[in-house]
Amino acid sequence: MAEEVFFEMRDIDKDYYLAGESVHALKKVSLRMEEGEYLSVLGPSGSGKTTLMNIIGCLDIPTAGSYMLRGRSVGELDEQELAELRNREIGFVFQNSQLLPRLNALKNVELPLIYAGIGPRERRRRAEAMLERVGLADRMDHLPTQLSGGQQQRVAIARALVGNPSILLADEPTGALDQKTGAQIMALFQELNEEKRTVIMITHDMNIAAHARRVVHIIDGMISEGTVAGHA
Amino acid sequence: MLKRMRSFLVMVRESVSMALDNIRGNKIRSFLTLLGIMIGVMAVIALISTVSGVSGSIAATFSDMGVGTMTVTVTGSDLKTGMMPEDLAVISALDTVDGVVPTVSLNGRVSYGKNVQTGKSVSGKNAYYFQLNEDMIVQGRALNFIDDNNHSYVCVISQDIVDTFFFGINPVGETLYVSGLPFTVVGRYEEYSGGGIAAIFTGSPDILIPYTTGLKINNTNEVNSFTVYLKEDADSAAAETEISDAMDALFDFEEDCYTIASMETIEETMNTMMGMMSTLLAGIASIALLVGGIGIMNMMLTTVTERTTEIGLKKALGAIPWQIQFQFLLESFLLSVFGGILGVLLGLTLSYTLCNVLGTTFVLNGGAIALGVGFSAAVGIIFGWAPARKASRLNPIDALRAV
Repeated sequence: MAEEVFFEMRDIDKDYYLAGESVHALKKVSLRMEEGEYLSVLGPSGSGKTTLMNIIGCLDIPTAGSYMLRGRSVGELDEQELAELRNREIGFVFQNSQLLPRLNALKNVELPLIYAGIGPRERRRRAEAMLERVGLADRMDHLPTQLSGGQQQRVAIARALVGNPSILLADEPTGALDQKTGAQIMALFQELNEEKRTVIMITHDMNIAAHARRVVHIIDGMISEGTVAGHA
Repeated sequence: MLKRMRSFLVMVRESVSMALDNIRGNKIRSFLTLLGIMIGVMAVIALISTVSGVSGSIAATFSDMGVGTMTVTVTGSDLKTGMMPEDLAVISALDTVDGVVPTVSLNGRVSYGKNVQTGKSVSGKNAYYFQLNEDMIVQGRALNFIDDNNHSYVCVISQDIVDTFFFGINPVGETLYVSGLPFTVVGRYEEYSGGGIAAIFTGSPDILIPYTTGLKINNTNEVNSFTVYLKEDADSAAAETEISDAMDALFDFEEDCYTIASMETIEETMNTMMGMMSTLLAGIASIALLVGGIGIMNMMLTTVTERTTEIGLKKALGAIPWQIQFQFLLESFLLSVFGGILGVLLGLTLSYTLCNVLGTTFVLNGGAIALGVGFSAAVGIIFGWAPARKASRLNPIDALRAV
């Protein structure tokens, strides 16, 4: 058996219509990653980075080109298969943590496991372990409103990790946090990457992007490999 | 396969708990929404239970008066104005007929000593009548064939007559004047029974005498009203045909000489009327259910809009469209069924109260309960479908962006 491709995008194009106008959001984007990498996608707003994130996160499929994730060709999947793939392979961390307000931290973390069809006892065990990992062992039964912004983002990270996905996909994860809390969250990503987790960080902030070992720039729908100034 | 089944169960369980959470989270709104369903179901249940209670009571009254009887009213022709005793014997001898009870009504002037009362109802009956109602006589004896044959001046009297004339006196053996003629009291009855349909209109008589004596006092030998008692296994329709054939022959096939009223026909008519009334009322109540359903749909659409980001998030975390649709459908289903259950409870309470006020027996109608709950469940699914589908079709990218 040939070796499974972990992550490979080849000549990805993405067009969409916005208010009747065709937008050519991604142009011939090619990107390859190995398991365990820490990658930042750096670009200003309107550069196409959100579109790229949606495609990486299997929320959207490319107009042209191929995207292979864990040996599966994402462009050929239907809505249900995409949902299953997201559930298994992608751990999302959004800018404003997107926790369900009526569920406590533990229940929020359990959510992806429900869609994976895992029973309540096992869910609880895994969610507890993950909340402990992000340093919230004593906050499990707190509602999101009873948590600080940084804690909320930690819950979101725990939720992203609980299904043991291939890729941790973070979209401006520190955008809503103050500098100190943001730094703590970035440190957590660093640690997670050191534990061999693959991390993709989408950001417009050079300082954030600088935490990654590899940076790609996205401008006007096109990407180029690069480094961040001041970072070896 | 087993794994799929298992994950399905996990999902169902979580959906139920999430749906309940959401219903509880919006207590006032949820309550107002289910109010419509509740009122609709309450109306259906109250109406059906009350109507079935009332019609049950009516049916019981009818069967008390004797199913298996037919009352024949004779107007007669120019040549023959009524039924002679031998004509009655012809009817009595028919295959489907067990016996015939003629009714002869008399002028109600009654006196005992100096005590004179008018307006008392006096009715002539035959011995067969007393055979049918053996338990009726509580003191003395009933009237018999000898009384009929001899045109005897004997009578049995009601408790009312005893109270009026014989307070503190044993009435049996006393002489009572009816229409100026002396009758010997031979017995007393407490409850008049088996009067056939005629009793509904005439009420129960105070004094019963042999019908032959009644005819003699009225100076006639023709009876104009009698009740036919059918044999137990007789088919009512066949009996009616047989009786009317015999009557036609007796009246020389003249038209409009008599009418036959059977208990079954009247009961059927009553049942049809009750059924129509129930349907009509249920129709009105279902409008309330429809309005309730629209209320649920409205709330669900609002909920879907409010929870757009939640839906987007769940999709991003791996919820498939069907799971989203199921969750919202379940929410409207549960909401509606709660409304239905509350409606059933309130409806039964209302019906119980109404039945007590109307003096009819309250009947717990299982069908009505099932109908109420079933109907509300159906309303929840039907009116929840479109909002749930809308939720399931939301694009996760748009949904997440709508922060």
